[in-house]
Amino acid sequence: MKPLTQRTVLTVLPLVAALLTPPAQSFTLEEFRFDDPARSAEFRDLISELRCVVCQNESLAGSQAGVAQDLRKEVYRLMQEGKSRQEVIDFLVARYGDFVLYEPPLKASTLVLWFGPFLFVGFGAYLLVRTLQRKKAEPEQDLSAAERARLQQLLAKTGDQSD
Amino acid sequence: MNTSAQRALIPLGIFLALAALLFYGLHLDPRKIPSPLVDKPAPEFSLPDLKDPNRILTRDILLGQVSLVNVWASWCPSCRQEHAELMRLARDYGVRVIGFNWKDTRPAALQMLQSYGDPYTVTLFDPNNISGIHWGVYGAPETFVVDAEGIIRHKRVGPIDAQVWAEEIQPIVAQYQQGQGQ
Repeated sequence: MKPLTQRTVLTVLPLVAALLTPPAQSFTLEEFRFDDPARSAEFRDLISELRCVVCQNESLAGSQAGVAQDLRKEVYRLMQEGKSRQEVIDFLVARYGDFVLYEPPLKASTLVLWFGPFLFVGFGAYLLVRTLQRKKAEPEQDLSAAERARLQQLLAKTGDQSD
Repeated sequence: MNTSAQRALIPLGIFLALAALLFYGLHLDPRKIPSPLVDKPAPEFSLPDLKDPNRILTRDILLGQVSLVNVWASWCPSCRQEHAELMRLARDYGVRVIGFNWKDTRPAALQMLQSYGDPYTVTLFDPNNISGIHWGVYGAPETFVVDAEGIIRHKRVGPIDAQVWAEEIQPIVAQYQQGQGQ
């Protein structure tokens, strides 16, 4: 086995150090406790369906951002007050907009978003059917004399090459 | 003959339209979330004054004239970047700028105002994001234009510079200041 060169150590050391460093701040869901396990499940379910507004590809449940923690606390507080799932969602949407929802609501401005893909698929299907029908309608034509001669020529050529 | 050539151009047309749409999308900033609070009354709050912990400030301080409510923190580099511009606005345009110190500590915030100057008529102190949530704040800096009746008229996400002021914010401020003069 080769001894570790200085260079290898210098390359690997920062990587190991990076792996060992804990994140600057680390939030867990431990602090959010409910007496009723159903309520607890509802809480976890709800925060995983809400989007973190700062780190937009994460849910409120998974985000380590400070604002996400503030919002988790707020959702927890509202639920402890006995607010329903819909009331909590309405509270957040009124302040942060539809953006906090992973699933955009169905309304005039989101119609294209919801139904656009179906329109595209429908249009594609229409084109496909039309093209196929047109192909069927046209009888297959025999080759003309000139095309026949060219075909023979090509076949002869490939025959030569395989010898 | 001519029609089949025209027909062949259709996919190209569709492609170009799609490319144009995606190219436009490329220049949108996904971090800029439109605020549902625009054209709604500014949320109620009850927060201490950054400089005087015993003084409680409420929504009433927004009434009477157009204000900019600027969300900032000492830990936020973009806030430092826009600080000079806020100083200039407060000085040259006589705009009332109200500070909204967010998720910060009092000593650090005061230190920043001491080092870089204080453009704010008054600064709300919200270290625990109690009122920030009601304003839909999700980062700093953010700036709200609030009219004399306390209605939010615009929200800017990100720092203000001379161009942003001239093109985006000043026209709105001027519009509502005019209404107020009548």
